[in-house]
Amino acid sequence: MEGGSLVSELFIERLNYCIYVILLLIGLWAMLAKRNLVKKLIGMSIFQTAIILFYVSIAVKKDATIPIYLAEHDPHGSHAKVATEENATENQVAYNPVELKPETVKGYANPLPHVLMLTAIVVGVATLGLALALTQRIYQGYGTIEEDELLDKLDRADERASQSPIIKEKRNAQRRKSTQRAKAKAAAGSVTKSNMAAKPSAVTKGKKKAQPKKSPSKTSATKAKPKPKS
Amino acid sequence: MENAIAWIFIFPLFGSVFVALSRYVNIKLAYPISVLSMAGALWAGVETLQQAMASPNHEISYLLGGWTLDLYPRGVGIEFRADLLASMIALIVLGVGLLVTVYSKIHVEKETPNKEAIYYSLMLLQITGLAGICLTGDAFNLYVLIEVAALTGYGLIAMGSNRAAAATYNYLILGTIGASLYLLGVGYLYIKTGTLNMVGIREVIEANGLADSATMQVAFVLIGVGILIKMAFFPFHAWLPNAYCNAPTTTSCLLAPLVTKVMIYVMIRMVLSVFGVEFSFESTIWVSCMPWLVVIAIVCAAFLALSQREIKRMLAYLIVAEVGYMVGGVWIYNYYGLIGSIFHIISDACMTLCLFLGAGIILHKCKTTHFDGLRGLFSRMPLTMIGFFIGGFSIIGLPPTCGFFSKWYLITGGMVSGRWEYMVVLMFSTMVMVVLFFRLIERIHLAVDESGKDLGKGHGDLGLTKEQTRFDEAPLVMLVPLLVSAATVLIIGVYNQDVVNQIETFLQAYDLPKGVEYK
Amino acid sequence: MKLLSLIPVIAIGVLLLWAGQDFPKWGDVESPASKSPVSSHFIANTGVDTEVPNMVTAVLADYRGFDTMFETVVVFIAGMAVIAILRGSSIGRPRRKDHEVEAEPDLIVTNTVRLIVPVIQIFAFYVLAHGHVSPGGGFQGGVLMGASFILIALSWDLEKAMSRFPIERCLVVAAMGIVLYGGIGLLSMMLGGEFLDYAELEKILPVSREMARYHAMLGVEIGVGFTVAAIMFVLYANLASEGRLKEGL
Repeated sequence: MEGGSLVSELFIERLNYCIYVILLLIGLWAMLAKRNLVKKLIGMSIFQTAIILFYVSIAVKKDATIPIYLAEHDPHGSHAKVATEENATENQVAYNPVELKPETVKGYANPLPHVLMLTAIVVGVATLGLALALTQRIYQGYGTIEEDELLDKLDRADERASQSPIIKEKRNAQRRKSTQRAKAKAAAGSVTKSNMAAKPSAVTKGKKKAQPKKSPSKTSATKAKPKPKS
Repeated sequence: MENAIAWIFIFPLFGSVFVALSRYVNIKLAYPISVLSMAGALWAGVETLQQAMASPNHEISYLLGGWTLDLYPRGVGIEFRADLLASMIALIVLGVGLLVTVYSKIHVEKETPNKEAIYYSLMLLQITGLAGICLTGDAFNLYVLIEVAALTGYGLIAMGSNRAAAATYNYLILGTIGASLYLLGVGYLYIKTGTLNMVGIREVIEANGLADSATMQVAFVLIGVGILIKMAFFPFHAWLPNAYCNAPTTTSCLLAPLVTKVMIYVMIRMVLSVFGVEFSFESTIWVSCMPWLVVIAIVCAAFLALSQREIKRMLAYLIVAEVGYMVGGVWIYNYYGLIGSIFHIISDACMTLCLFLGAGIILHKCKTTHFDGLRGLFSRMPLTMIGFFIGGFSIIGLPPTCGFFSKWYLITGGMVSGRWEYMVVLMFSTMVMVVLFFRLIERIHLAVDESGKDLGKGHGDLGLTKEQTRFDEAPLVMLVPLLVSAATVLIIGVYNQDVVNQIETFLQAYDLPKGVEYK
Repeated sequence: MKLLSLIPVIAIGVLLLWAGQDFPKWGDVESPASKSPVSSHFIANTGVDTEVPNMVTAVLADYRGFDTMFETVVVFIAGMAVIAILRGSSIGRPRRKDHEVEAEPDLIVTNTVRLIVPVIQIFAFYVLAHGHVSPGGGFQGGVLMGASFILIALSWDLEKAMSRFPIERCLVVAAMGIVLYGGIGLLSMMLGGEFLDYAELEKILPVSREMARYHAMLGVEIGVGFTVAAIMFVLYANLASEGRLKEGL
């Protein structure tokens, strides 16, 4: 039956491929769905490891050994024909390695995927190092590595940064005017107080009374209330 | 010089190492060494293009490590194949790199102090990676070079500020997904064909008739989706605006014209050389559904660009729209569409460079790129504005700029292949771009107030002081690259027939339909 | 968001599993990858072409040496980018005091490490040099060497490790590694071959073509080892001290 053969072909004969697919999906889902920046990087690491596993499983051959020459095929081993005086050129090492026959070739695993994965592992490590440095920089700048809090802070920063310069100018001008007004009032308040009271400490009292004028008048009213009582 | 193709990457590679060490010798050496290495690489690129044009079958095959081709059909080592398409795009990459390196002096000192040596080093390695992507003929080597270009990009963007680091994190996650999907696709190709050489893979597919196998179809999808993520095709474009707008100025001038276009080149290379015309266009369903996705992409990108109030963000969304044009040009499966797509890669690199260089100068002089901060710019910086608007006219598609000719071929392709949706969306987006750029022209050149009120006949009527409107042009080191890139846009437009001849020579080897003949 | 991202993930999973039915069987000797002329050439002719018993090292450093050069460049890029990203980023920020542990370096740990580190470093050289005949090579040896410096940093203090291997020296060593690799390739090109065609080195070295490849592979692996060792330590130093390079973990 078709369903049965699909299951047996896919899951039993080619089990290694299914395992790598599951690992890949776990890593990919973690990269997309997790909200913590470091957890995303862990997902990235799992994702890349799954791809490495896939490539290495291509290289497997049944009953084959690792891709390093055994003693009997070693180019510097005893089996290699030792060069005699006739066929030795000057400065040459006295070995003469022989090309392997196809039957012996089947006894060694395929070296090419291993080489490719050496490169891929190193590239993965470099990317992970860079990503961790970025995470540290984000933490130093924004104080959080949770994605939702970070997006809030970034949105607010973006809004502030993308304001039109004319609005910024208007806002700065307003702020400057209001500080100037408050300073003028403070200077005026201290002048009148020193006229009323002869004591020098009245100047400081006047200044202290004039400063809370910036805050809403409620607090100055509440501050003024206890005075007549005491 | 028979090794010219190797000097393309040797110059920047050694240059970057010496620049990185220049911090401990004399930091002022960093800028001259980088400019010299880029000039050397550009010379090597010109040599390679000339050799490719002069060789019998219009390609040079350079075997690294000396492993000759006569052992097996495509050899056992890594091959660099510089055919006409590859050498033209490598030349553009090197030219843009040289211009940006010359331009970068003041910006780098201002925005990333104490880090100039590392900045120039990473910039040279980025150019090495991008030029290598154009020239390589081996699928796994392409992955390594994509990662070189990507990692240098992440470093260059994140050096700027904390906001840039946050944008880079997003870019890193999406970019790693894209590159890893590409790697997985190459693994699927290897498991069925046994070789990694690009032309070798195609030969094995055609010899063994692997076009129907499920593995090959899935490999095509994986490689395609991976490259689409890296080229910021809508809806995978989310990383691009934030990354390019928050980056240091020179970084956006370098990355914006180059990275996405080189990825489109990779897509064309995969479609034509690795999988073959028959497999990609006739055995998969991409030809039917991609043009519709392209339509959605261009419309959304155009509307997003319209809603921006800042020059750099607007340009970033324009890049997304241009990517849509080029992807559509490939997938309408037509000879003229593909000519248009390849020509658009070349012209888009030049005009995007022009625009971003201009935006960088505006940022340097006016401290902002918001639309409301641009009053009186034309009387202050007339030459810069002329250069900037030549780039703008090229994006709109006015003759004699090169943008006109590439759009001509794209629209012709859409028309003769019967893909009316592509043609209509091209014309619609051209209208949108007219609005975008003439809005800017109004603010900069004419005396129009923020609310659109016409104030009279000149900048004096805008209420600007004499101080604000006196001639205060950008420094020469920034102005000259801008004017050179504007001149290139015009020259490529005027000599477009020569460029198109080379592209047609390249496409002779592939059997593409020419569509309906209109008499 | 978590459920929404499950949809593309499951779609990719179904696609990959559907493709799996077409794969060759696990361990099949007649699969295209194993039967292909490219890998058969590697297995059969590595001894004849390069006289190196380890096929993986021969493919890595000679047949596909260009890939390895750019892999080294990637490691260099990562080190420099991390320095650039973290340098000066913590100016004006007080260092967090709550995760610091005020402790002296422990007596037992420091004395054990004092005995072990030289052994690790000699083993690193062994792994690098013996990569031609056993599993090993430049990357593995370089990582071991870098790990020895990280061990010093962990058991004493980052400053003690930095006094042995300051960041300037690290960058110089890393750059020298790339110059060594590229320089061997450039030298081969100058002598008349292609870039990275080591056999041309027989014109200046008193050995045969195959042994020239053998020795150039060792030179190239040494270059790789330099870069990887230096950058591993740079990455650790910058990440552990948040760019300040003063106090580590």
